[in-house]
Amino acid sequence: MSLLRIAWRSIQQRALSSALTAFTVALGVALVVAVLVIHGVIDQSFRRGSQGYDLIVGAKGSPLQLVLNTVFHLSQPIENIPYRYLEEFTLGRFAPAVDVAIPVCTGHDYKGFAVVATIPDAFQRLKYLDGREYQFAEGANFKAEHPFEAVIGSTVAKRLRMKLGDQFVPVAKVGETGGEEGHEPFTVVGILSHTGTPNDRALFVNLEGFYRCEAHQHDASFEEKVLAGEGAQSPGESAAKAEAGDKHGEHAHEDADHDHEHDEHRQLSAILLVTDIERQPQLAMSLPTVVNEEEVAQAVMPSRVIAELFDGIVGNVQLLLLVLAVLVVVVAGIGILVSIYNSMNDRRHEIAVMRALGARRTTVMSIILVESILLSLGGGALGVLIGHGLTGALAPTIAEQTGVLVSALDFQWAELVLVPGLVVLATLVGYLPALSAYRTDVAKALTSTP
Amino acid sequence: MVSQGGANRLRLVTVQGYSYRSICYRFLPVQEGGLMCPLLSDRPDGSSSSEVLFLKGIRKSFREPDGGRLPILAIDDYHVEAGEQVVVVGRSGCGKTTLLHVIAGISRPDAGRVKVDGWDITVFTESECDKFRAERIGYVFQTFNLLPGFTALENVLLAMKFGRRRPDKARARHLLERVGLGHRMTHRPPMLSVGEQQRVAVARALANQPRLLLADEPTANVDSGNQQQIVDLLRETCREENVALVMVTHAPEVSGQFDRVDHLEQFNRAVVTR
Repeated sequence: MSLLRIAWRSIQQRALSSALTAFTVALGVALVVAVLVIHGVIDQSFRRGSQGYDLIVGAKGSPLQLVLNTVFHLSQPIENIPYRYLEEFTLGRFAPAVDVAIPVCTGHDYKGFAVVATIPDAFQRLKYLDGREYQFAEGANFKAEHPFEAVIGSTVAKRLRMKLGDQFVPVAKVGETGGEEGHEPFTVVGILSHTGTPNDRALFVNLEGFYRCEAHQHDASFEEKVLAGEGAQSPGESAAKAEAGDKHGEHAHEDADHDHEHDEHRQLSAILLVTDIERQPQLAMSLPTVVNEEEVAQAVMPSRVIAELFDGIVGNVQLLLLVLAVLVVVVAGIGILVSIYNSMNDRRHEIAVMRALGARRTTVMSIILVESILLSLGGGALGVLIGHGLTGALAPTIAEQTGVLVSALDFQWAELVLVPGLVVLATLVGYLPALSAYRTDVAKALTSTP
Repeated sequence: MVSQGGANRLRLVTVQGYSYRSICYRFLPVQEGGLMCPLLSDRPDGSSSSEVLFLKGIRKSFREPDGGRLPILAIDDYHVEAGEQVVVVGRSGCGKTTLLHVIAGISRPDAGRVKVDGWDITVFTESECDKFRAERIGYVFQTFNLLPGFTALENVLLAMKFGRRRPDKARARHLLERVGLGHRMTHRPPMLSVGEQQRVAVARALANQPRLLLADEPTANVDSGNQQQIVDLLRETCREENVALVMVTHAPEVSGQFDRVDHLEQFNRAVVTR
């Protein structure tokens, strides 16, 4: 008959009331756990997204917009920078400080997912998540010499049920309405393995093909647009579509030289840079400053911008959520207080009997405290289960909405704080009824009818 | 306060003895059972007196709403020998329950000394008093006062727990079998009849092998059929365990069976002067 057992018996005696009280604690704790887990995972994936490169060079404007657009495939590109500027990083002045330079063009999408035009090196030379290499779940990377090849992210493949060999036509997000008409369709030749980064939610097309479409579109006559407009709505499905693709393909080839002639018309949304910090530390460090001093572009460190964004806005929202969740737990704790305190009137007699049998004041006080702690820890344990169950249940929705992959088994270290936290809370709220037990007048309580 | 030299010396020894004991309890919890038990069986004055209860100059009054004090107990001298069986009778409100509370150390007297098994419990700290009560005094209530959430067996074990001994399941079972409840050990009090509940209470009171068993109208809430059984059970088990029995009762048919019947009105001067 340990104190634990005695406390447990008195919980059993008031099973319904105890269960409900513990359940309110469980709900509060479940909220805390869910917020902690989702916070941790989002934090990680936000910071992860940018880790493949050190710098983003883009048009002058908001650094945040540049990062959102380039890293997270959100929002619009600010403006464009001339394609020739890329040469500064590959061959020109900045080349010694640069290890990898990847040009990207954004601003198009396909059925709600961003289309990013880039070069195959984006998957061969860039890494993600602390040096992991991009893998292909199916197919392989697109090739520079095949302008109308594309690879797609895992979420895109799943959501749009796209397979290798499917074709699609990117659509401009703003400006040119009905911009898809003149476009050559791109063929999916690879599906990326899941990365947990925003790249899961994008389609990547060959920059070369992308430019040809752009050029073609500019040259396309009104009649052509109307003619091609019909079959192109659902790419990758109809035979008519494929025919159209071939026809335009020929046309595009005719334009190839024309495009090169107009190289200066080609523009980029951004250049992703991996700086050569090991061999050229000083050059690499000063690169952003140098670029920013010029009028062409800005160089932004995505990790810094993301950290600011996260700590400034997302972090605060989550802190607020956490505070709310903790408040729920505290309210639940007060629920324990009320529940036990209300039972004290019925139990005063029982306590007096224990005292008459020789239990010390501190013993009966401990019984009440242990009861409070049992209720809160029991509720807490249930809450952890519910919390993880909840994140597990919400995981598909979260993944679809944000691309963040949450698992029911994502434990956060902060959750460990819950155990001492709950014990302290239970001790605090148990103190009042425990004191009431401590002060019980044995002779008086014994002579009053039970 | 008694100013006799001998009595004072005795008190000092008592205080020192118990302080030492409480120090041991506080700092040597592991050895609680083994080290302390022989000491517990000793009488503090080293006497071989067979006296198990001795009251001297007891005064107890209650505060009245108007601020005055209502005297309840005024007992100059009262003795019970070891193994003796005493019944205390008296009309309602003459202080029978208060007397038992004072003997058990549940209530403190305003003045006077209560010696149980040679120990003056009025000098104990409260927690020492609780412990002493758990180990040496059994208590049977009019309303049984079993803990409803616990089985019959657990009620007995609980008393052992408060006595700070290692709960002795075999003894608990033995006691329950002795009171005729061998087949109902895992029943909870609400599932037992009133007679059965009071038997559990008797077993519980004997759990720690007390020297003195106090019974406060143990048959008042029991039907007449069970009444005699409870009285017999109390008297037999107390005899078997060599426990002195002080029973308070209203019922003449119960008091009539005892050799020693004390009328509280006669030795409690508070009633006389009221």
